Formats: sequence, C-alpha cells, structure tokens
Amino acid sequence: MPAADRPAARPRPVYLNLFAIRQPLPAIVSILHRISGALLFAVGIPLLLWGVQRSLASPEAYAATIAPFTTPIGKLVLLVLGWCYVYHLFAGLRHLALDLHVGIRLAPARASAALVLVASIVVALIIAVRLW
Amino acid sequence: MVAGTDKLPVGAHYGLRDWLSQRVTAIVITLYTILVLGIVLWNGGIDYATWKAVLADGAFRVATFLFMVALLWHAWVGVRNILMDYAKPAGVRLVLEIVVICALVAYGGWTIAILWGHP
Repeated sequence: MPAADRPAARPRPVYLNLFAIRQPLPAIVSILHRISGALLFAVGIPLLLWGVQRSLASPEAYAATIAPFTTPIGKLVLLVLGWCYVYHLFAGLRHLALDLHVGIRLAPARASAALVLVASIVVALIIAVRLW
Repeated sequence: MVAGTDKLPVGAHYGLRDWLSQRVTAIVITLYTILVLGIVLWNGGIDYATWKAVLADGAFRVATFLFMVALLWHAWVGVRNILMDYAKPAGVRLVLEIVVICALVAYGGWTIAILWGHP
C-alpha cells in the first residue's frame, strides 16, 4: 500500500541492552557455553598442567598438590571448573546434534537446551557431594 | 566472475576450516574424557601409585598428547571467536590474539615436558 495510507509506526526500542531483553533459554545456554569455555581456557588449562606436573614428582608432592583443593575455597574452584567442563561438553554435544539437523526445530531445540542445563547441574551436584 | 582468473570469489575458507576443526577436536576431547573417566572408575579412584603408573604408560602418554593438541586447537578457535566479537579495535585484538597464541604454544611445550620430561 502507498506510504501515506500506512498506519503510523509504533515507536520501537532502539537500544540493545542485553540485560533488558528477556533471553530465551537457548540464548542463555549459548552464552554460558561461551563463558564456561573462556573460564576453562583462562583458569582450567594452566591449573591442569600445573597440577599434573607437580603431582607426579613424589608421593609428598602429590599430597601437597591435592591439599589446597580440600579447603572450602579449593573445593569451590574445583566445583566451578568441573561444572564448566561438563556444561561445555554437554552444550557442545547439543551443537553437534544441531549440526546433524537433529532437534533443529524450535520446540526440541528448547527442550535440549533445558536438558543441557539440568544434566550439567545434576553432574555438578554429584561432584559437590563427592567433594564435601 | 572475471574470465581468465583462477581466483576463488568466495573468501579464504578459514570459516569452514575453523567450524570443522572445532567439531573434530571436540570429538577427540570427548573420547579422551570418556577414557579417563573409565580409567578412574576401573581403578576405583586414583592414588599416587595408580596415577604414576597410568601416566607412565606409553599409549596413554600419546593419547594425552593428542588430547592436549585437540584441546589447545579447540581453545584457539573458541577464544579467537570471542576476541572477534568483543575486542573491536584491530590493534587490541591483534595483541590479545598474539598473547593467546603464545600461551597456547607454551602450554603445548609444557605438556611435552610433563609427558616425556621425566622417567
């Protein structure tokens, strides 16, 4: 229709404040995938290498390497990194499935996003029970 | 497309290469994770003697090395994607990318030192 006959456009928000937009579950799963990956790179890899190297030196060094991770803060670090690893793995498997066009439609994609979150929390709870 | 040129008109293809390598390395990481989980469960937990014996095994050392190569490569593709999204000034991004590459290459050397640097 001609421009003059069109109803006046409703004012639209022109900002993109990510915290003001209600994010759908797959978007939350996506950003957590990124955050967990960044944490694994920045903290996980150097901590893993340092720990493995130190722990192999002697039985005493092995015990000394484990010791900091028996404190509440150490346990929390292990729990967070453990969750990051498991979550990143599960979210990655979901990606592989989507790449193969498995669960690509909206409803199953939302369901699998929820499954990734719930499964990673279940594993994190198991890790927490083992740690404490 | 201009006649007589053999140049591809569709870019450098590194997007597809990164996409594919991210998935191949992810599968290697997943398989190694299952292997380690299996070893821990098989031994009913890990103590120093078991830990030392597991890492003394030649095949396990090679598997661990392949895992670390996959992990470092995977980290590079992921971190580079993050930098492309958030580090907008080209100079800042370049510096951060160089720092990340140096760290990943150093981690690779560290891995070799851990795996084969002692008896």
